[in-house]
Amino acid sequence: MHIGYFVEQQYNPVPEEAVLLNGGFFGLSNKYFDRKTGAALYHRYIKEFLEAERVGYDSMILNEHHANPACMSNSIMIEAAILAYASHRAKIVLLGTPLPIMKNPLRAAEELAQIDLISNGRLVPGIIRGAAWEQVASNTNPALNRELFDEAHDFMLQAWSRPGPWRYEGKHFHYRFVNPFVRPMQEKPPIWVPGVISPETVIWAAEHRYPYVALGTEVAATAKMWKLYGDTAQRMGYQVGPENFGYFQKVVVADTDEEAYELGKGHIFGGSFTPTRFASLPGYNSKDAVKNYANKFYEFLRPRATLDPTDIPGLRQSFADNYAKHQETMHVITGTPKTVIPKLRARLEALRPGIFTIWGPEGPIPHEKTMRMMKLVGDEVLPALREIGKELDLTDPFQVEPGSRPLPANGQWNPLVPTQVAAA
Amino acid sequence: MSEFTERVVKVNGAELALIEGGSGPALLVLHEELGHPGWLNWHRQIAKHRRIIIPIHPGFQTERLSWVRNVRDLACLYGFLLRDQKIDTVDVLGFSLGGWIAAEMAVGNPSLFRRMALVAPFGIKPGEGYIMDMFPMSSAEYLKASVANIAATPEFEHLYGEGSAQQFELWEDARTECARLAWEPYMHNPSLEPLLGGLTGLPTLIMWGDKDAILPGSAVHDYAKAIPRARLHVLKGAGHRPEAEKTDEFVRELEEFLN
Repeated sequence: MHIGYFVEQQYNPVPEEAVLLNGGFFGLSNKYFDRKTGAALYHRYIKEFLEAERVGYDSMILNEHHANPACMSNSIMIEAAILAYASHRAKIVLLGTPLPIMKNPLRAAEELAQIDLISNGRLVPGIIRGAAWEQVASNTNPALNRELFDEAHDFMLQAWSRPGPWRYEGKHFHYRFVNPFVRPMQEKPPIWVPGVISPETVIWAAEHRYPYVALGTEVAATAKMWKLYGDTAQRMGYQVGPENFGYFQKVVVADTDEEAYELGKGHIFGGSFTPTRFASLPGYNSKDAVKNYANKFYEFLRPRATLDPTDIPGLRQSFADNYAKHQETMHVITGTPKTVIPKLRARLEALRPGIFTIWGPEGPIPHEKTMRMMKLVGDEVLPALREIGKELDLTDPFQVEPGSRPLPANGQWNPLVPTQVAAA
Repeated sequence: MSEFTERVVKVNGAELALIEGGSGPALLVLHEELGHPGWLNWHRQIAKHRRIIIPIHPGFQTERLSWVRNVRDLACLYGFLLRDQKIDTVDVLGFSLGGWIAAEMAVGNPSLFRRMALVAPFGIKPGEGYIMDMFPMSSAEYLKASVANIAATPEFEHLYGEGSAQQFELWEDARTECARLAWEPYMHNPSLEPLLGGLTGLPTLIMWGDKDAILPGSAVHDYAKAIPRARLHVLKGAGHRPEAEKTDEFVRELEEFLN
């Protein structure tokens, strides 16, 4: 099992009330940004990622977002390049490079190759479509998002592998002269695809034999997506294994259960990521997804009728209630190493992912607390997880090539997770 | 007997849905960005003396045409539609997005139309302000913003009929097609305004409500300035849908202009 570390890199001094009044993090005015604080936070997060490598994580997992304080990483390439040079062992996993909003797959191919070389072949260049609001932030046409993604992906693979120079005239991208002289260290850089259970993305990942990494989604829904992936894999002629799947788990570890519980509340800080007006852009979702959504037409016309966006105490109370529920459903797992390990085991048994990501503390948490969590996880949680991974035979993509397992003789794939979970 | 008929015609290999009603000289009507809003009072009144022909923009109710990537592409297709349907003397009336399409058709073929009426037309970049962005909001919110006073607009409830899952999907189709046509630059074409000066022989009426929250007044003033034989009529108190908000005045102005 491959164990990664991830955080959003929040600009965490942001006043929560301002976020709530904005309806979410995205689009909050940058008047709340302080230059010196921002600089210090960048240094802090780089230090924390490097500490993750030091305490034994297998990878530092990065992402990028724009125009909001929930994620200060605006260029995944810059962060990856810094870590490529400053780290020495752990993989650098990008979840992912937002190909459509970058609008330049040749540049993406070049930069990723450069990072792979600087890291001596430790790059996992995951790719994404970019969330709905990212299309707004970059002025990328949401109705073309899927087309842009597909074309950029196909182009990038060619740019890495096909001897140049050559000419490219596509639908959305055009290059007179393709000859990225610097090519990646890895002959075939391992692509992973993260998602929040959009069926089209799951199918696409399975068709390309790319591991699909679920970003902290609810267990039953995630297991359903595993099944969709498995069915697609069968159609493509292979049997899935744990190496085809990844899962992000929000975890906060401290010296006492009470302290961890309190620190874990950072995961509900600010409430929603996206104000609803940016969540449903034209053409971003497939026609099937729109059809499903259309059945909730009346709810859509009256979004969140029960939550008054100006009722700050009311909003906070609803988040607090949700937080208590999150503990029950293990959406957020908090505690000491001793109390979180059985919960993590339950998660691994339920979903059997070969890639497991500890999504560390978010919100206004002090650096020292994050560093303390690093130590506790490194000393006690990671060794325990490795044992569990071995016991459950959770093979990762570096042990077994995703998509390399043959189907059983009867041509029917064997489900990866207990059927009662998949059916739930 | 129904006030209008619907049929599907083939144009340049594509299927186009046509709504037609009334009798008299042909009036091509180009609908707006949320689709064809249904047969309203103004249709009824104009249809007494006019044969109204409304093509449904591809992708709105019918299959989208993958090669149509901007409004000028669509304008070319509608030029073929008029030719194939043997409609050789025609006036045009375009609403909002439809006004932009009409203007693109006119600059592409200056002898295509006898007269051109544009209602709060998109297509040129407002000198001041911005065209309201329809994308980061729901269709229902956009629809509400299009009328200055909902309570004083009895036809508002009839626009697009009852709220339903099917209507929601049609709106999403419309929004998606609009994004394909005009996400960037938003709802305008930088080469249109300079070309409008070439419409030396085309009598044009531009109508706009002074309470329009979607299209800034600067855009219609610039339109009227750019087209040599254009006249601007401002409907006081109306929003982006003067045809539904001030129907009598709208019909009077339009009929006077067309006749």
